[in-house]
Order: sequence, then structure tokens, then C-alpha cells
Amino acid sequence: MENESNDVLNAFRHGSVDAFEALFRLHQRAVYGWILRIVRKPTVAEDLTIETFWRIHKAHARFDPARGFEGWARRIATHAALDWLRANRTEAALTVENFPEPASTLATDPAITGETRTRTARALARLPAKLRVAAVLALVEDLPHKEIAAALGISVAAVKLRVFRAIRMLRKDLEQQGIRP
Amino acid sequence: MTPDTHTHDNSPDEDPIRYLLHQALPRIGDAAQPRRDLWPDLLKRLDEKPAPVPWFDWALLAGLLGVVVFIPASIPVLLYYL
Repeated sequence: MENESNDVLNAFRHGSVDAFEALFRLHQRAVYGWILRIVRKPTVAEDLTIETFWRIHKAHARFDPARGFEGWARRIATHAALDWLRANRTEAALTVENFPEPASTLATDPAITGETRTRTARALARLPAKLRVAAVLALVEDLPHKEIAAALGISVAAVKLRVFRAIRMLRKDLEQQGIRP
Repeated sequence: MTPDTHTHDNSPDEDPIRYLLHQALPRIGDAAQPRRDLWPDLLKRLDEKPAPVPWFDWALLAGLLGVVVFIPASIPVLLYYL
């Protein structure tokens, strides 16, 4: 990630729209990518990127340049995505068709049917929003717990607990559907 | 975004739930980017005026203030229900 100058950060803090645009241009892709990892729908991720930067603009006076922009933006993005997941439980259901071009090209296991994949994705979508975010970032995106903790504003231990609870709920849900992981 | 600092064995034996999830959902990774320039929409959003407070909310607030002013004994009750 490119680093923005202190002048830009200070100007943004004092309400400069030019500085805000510079920061937007620099970080929009990272913010969009982060949100997409959570909501997994490109159109929604675009809308939430706008929502995130709108929240960032509203909170410009509270921004502390010493703590950096990227982490702050990511925390706001994570909460915007969480709010969306909570408000759109049915729409947030995951289906395989929803996904953009994947980064991983994991070989498809012929022993796992399309039906099992769909049921697994739906079981994930049924998790409470807080657990779902932790599970997607830790188990699907394979991100380090420390990075997830920073984005959620919680401790690493709390992330581990959420992932543990998510796995337990997923296992139970899948077993109820006749899938034995 | 920082690159992943650890990888996981994608075998069903290592972690069955993770393996199932990897099979069900592709990893998105760092390469994703918006399909359009979002700045014009953001500018539009910034220019939007906040929605006006409905008259009913003002009436409710005025009623509540009236109750507090004329019946101070109601304050603990109101605080209890807040």
C-alpha cells in the first residue's frame, strides 16, 4: 500500500476535499477489496465502499494522522459491511454465482458435489454476522487472526473464539443437513 | 492489504470445515477492484442534505419535555424505560 504524506493526512483532518479525494483514489481499491471479501457481492461492495468513505469524511475531525489512514479506513469498512450483513440477512445469502473471479484456483474435489458446496455456502450465510465475518476472513480468505482483530477492533483471542464458535455452528448446521465434515 | 502470512493445507484431513469452505467459496484475495469510478457517486452522496426530522418526532420530543418540566417525578420512570 502506498503511503500518503503527512500533509495530505493533516489537510484531510482539517476538512480539505482535495486531500480526501487523494486519499480516496489511493485507498478505494483496498477498501473495496476488503469489503468484497466480507460481503462477496461486487455491486454491494461498491455501494459499501461509497458508504465507508462517506463515514470517513463525516469523521475526518476525529482522524489521528499518527495512527495511519489504512487501518482506520479498514475498521470503518468492516463495520459498514457488518451493518449491511445484519440488515440484509436474506439478501446476504451466499450462492456460488455471486462470486467474482476468484484469486484461488483450488482444484475442485470430485468427491464434493455441487449440492454440498451450495449447502456449505448457505450454512455460512446463516451464521450471525459477527461470526460470519470472522469465519470468512479466517477460514475462506486465510487471513491472519491479528489482521482480522485489527479490522474488527477486538483482541486476537476474541477472533479465535468467534472462529471457534463459527466452526462449531457450521458443523452442527451441516450435520443437520446430512453433511458430515 | 498485506499478503497472507500463513497458508493452510487444503486437504480434508487437516481441517474439514475449512476444506469444505474452500471448496464452496473461492478465495477473493487482493486483486479485486471496483468496476467503475466511485468518486462521482461519493461526491453526490456528500452533497446530499440530511433528511429532515419528521414533525411527529418534534411533537414527541416537545411532549416529553413538557412531561419532564411539569411532572419532575416522572424523570426516574423515564430513565428506567430508556
